[in-house]
Amino acid sequence: MTKKLRRSMLFLPGANAAMLSTAFVFRPDSIMFDLEDAVSLREKDTARLLVFHTLRLPMYSDIEKVVRINPLSTPFGQADLEAAVRGGADVIRLPKTDCAEDVHELEAAVEAIERSCGRSVGSTQLMAAIESASGVVNAVAIAKASPRLIGIALAGFDYVMDMQTERGDGTELFYARCAVLHAARAAGIDAFDVVYGNVNDDEGFLKEVDLIKRLGFNGKSLINPRQIELLHRAYAPTEEDVDHAHRVIAAAEDAERRGLGVIALNGKMIDAPVIAHAERVLQRAAASGVSV
Amino acid sequence: MTTSQSQAPAVAPVAAARGIVPFEGFARYAPHLADPVTKRRRKLAASLEEAVRRSGLESGMTISFHHAFREGDKTINTVVDLLAGLGLRNLTLASSSLLSCNAPLIEHIRSGVISRIYTSGMRGKLADALSHGLMDEPVQIHSHGGRVHLMDSGELKVDVAFLGASAADEFGNANGTGGRSRCGSLGYAMVDADRANYVIVLAEDLVAFPCAPASIRQDQVDCVVKVDQIGDPSKISVGAARITSNPRELLIARYAADVLEHAGYFKDGFSIQTGSGASATAVTRFMEDRMRKAGIRAAFALGGITGSIVDLHKKGLIDKIIDTQSFDADAAESLRSNPGHIEISTNLYANPTSKAAYVDQMDMVILSALEIDLDFNVNVITGSDGVMRGASGGHSDVAAGANLSVVVAPLIRSRIPTVCEKVTTVVTPGECVGVLVTDHGIAVNPRRPDVAGKLKAAGLPLLSIEELHARAVAITGTPAPIAFTDRVVGLVRFRDGSLIDVIRQVAG
Repeated sequence: MTKKLRRSMLFLPGANAAMLSTAFVFRPDSIMFDLEDAVSLREKDTARLLVFHTLRLPMYSDIEKVVRINPLSTPFGQADLEAAVRGGADVIRLPKTDCAEDVHELEAAVEAIERSCGRSVGSTQLMAAIESASGVVNAVAIAKASPRLIGIALAGFDYVMDMQTERGDGTELFYARCAVLHAARAAGIDAFDVVYGNVNDDEGFLKEVDLIKRLGFNGKSLINPRQIELLHRAYAPTEEDVDHAHRVIAAAEDAERRGLGVIALNGKMIDAPVIAHAERVLQRAAASGVSV
Repeated sequence: MTTSQSQAPAVAPVAAARGIVPFEGFARYAPHLADPVTKRRRKLAASLEEAVRRSGLESGMTISFHHAFREGDKTINTVVDLLAGLGLRNLTLASSSLLSCNAPLIEHIRSGVISRIYTSGMRGKLADALSHGLMDEPVQIHSHGGRVHLMDSGELKVDVAFLGASAADEFGNANGTGGRSRCGSLGYAMVDADRANYVIVLAEDLVAFPCAPASIRQDQVDCVVKVDQIGDPSKISVGAARITSNPRELLIARYAADVLEHAGYFKDGFSIQTGSGASATAVTRFMEDRMRKAGIRAAFALGGITGSIVDLHKKGLIDKIIDTQSFDADAAESLRSNPGHIEISTNLYANPTSKAAYVDQMDMVILSALEIDLDFNVNVITGSDGVMRGASGGHSDVAAGANLSVVVAPLIRSRIPTVCEKVTTVVTPGECVGVLVTDHGIAVNPRRPDVAGKLKAAGLPLLSIEELHARAVAITGTPAPIAFTDRVVGLVRFRDGSLIDVIRQVAG
């Protein structure tokens, strides 16, 4: 089975009914309904109820739905989780994850809700957002904390606060990005980069996208639907990439048919990681509308 | 003056016998030529009031205006204020359109200065008041081309046209590209200059003779008067014509560009109009890449012209710009400085009974909609509350003339579905609409299976309009019907003058 493509994760404030009712039209790879920082204290209940109903809209059935809950240590966390799991969220995103125990706690709570509402145990996936120095240092343990984890994300704003610095040209995030990315890869899960806050600066956004793509991130959290198209286009392989990927796959299939152990293309050896990369290229190409 | 009348005895009997007027001096029938001052300045009135007096305007007559300054117009209100002060009553106001800035007309309607209105549309407080029954006679709503047709058919006879121009000379040669307050094309005014019984040019800048190019010509003009300001060009692009950063409008624009690219008319030498709505304007931005990729150019762009069209022209992607209304300063400047940017009257643009209208040559047009129904009928005049808040404009003109009309609209506006079972008011009939593009997907009119086949082959997300409607209702629920009284407050005339729908007074 092909692995789920997650380039774009669009944040939607949970209390904004107008956006929730129709945001699926923007076709990001995943939509994240936020019950945490984008929702003011007096709207926590409203947002939870709105998101619960939105999760069940048929128009969202073919799009991955992520819910960012408030931390379980807050008065809202447990109620958020109940609504998200019962509502049918595909993924729960845990904010401010500092250590593996945070994930274990969430996992236990999710399982209890799954059992009580008749949802099959294990069907709710998790992702953890790393927002502190502790979280970055513990990234490997966090990434490996649960088989339910589909990815970890770096959240830049809280992290730079914790590091007593501020957002700049990316130098301030360099270590954290690399640490989170390595942890994700070591655990075999996805890695998501921070949001880019200045929605009117397409050039700056694309520069950052270029950097994180080259580092190896699966994708990025987004706060404006306009960024989706820009991101997808930046992640789209070139026609040469696609052409090469086709030749790799064809060579692999040919070798398999002929029972050859060693595969070569244009004199270069092709091994399993190269084939896996070619498959990812073709998947991105198909999702980006590049002719395959 | 003594003139050579030596031939008079010989001429007189023959002239009398043949019924020809005998010669009586060179200035007998052009007396102004006799005086070197009046010879050149006879058309200049010292004041607007004097101009009105010279025109012979009386109560019960019809006055006309153009709306090229849109929300920045200062001519209509100024003139009507003056006419009210002069005691005129029961006038028919025939402005090519009316906007929010014309709210002061409410008082003049209430007091009986204006008792009938012909217009393409209206907005704001004036529209609200008229929708609630301010005027006894229903407002006549026409398209841009239809306005000219109504004049030519004899129904709309303009007695005095008050035509604001940013620059004019003492003979009345005038344009919207000289002087300070430039609105660009005078496409609407050109029609009135040609057809009104008496033409007054209100000039903001009186320039040296000859004012060229002359959008309005001296042989059409009776009187010229200098005024302080005819309009504020910075407010032209407020209102309908604006550039968007709204992701939903951009999404619609991208889908619309997909439709334009694949519907079968995207070939070298094609023609296009992209209108003034937010998504419509944004479509232009998405066309550039596609044209370059396909290696094709457009022969011409028509209509209300925006800076984004001018930009494509400058980049060599559009050969000619045919401009009946300039929607922003970039368009106005381009009309002034660029020989490939051509000004046309609305008669040339869209009159269905002119000898040939540009819209008939149109391949593809992007149009907006307030509502569109299951039969693809489009409403661009009444809002979801039944109140008039838009304009017929060139909508039905271009839709009728173009090979393919693409309507763009969000599926839902503030909890109200745009796609509905039956539109509140039909302005453009569904038979003239090819494709509807919304943020939720694309619906092709079943009358156009050719287009549906091409778009499907290109992999575009096609839905039926019934499916779009069902989705809208699934999200918003079914809105309560609008309550109207039986009284008719608006008559919607199709471009050929026929009555296509009526607008009733909103209850309450």
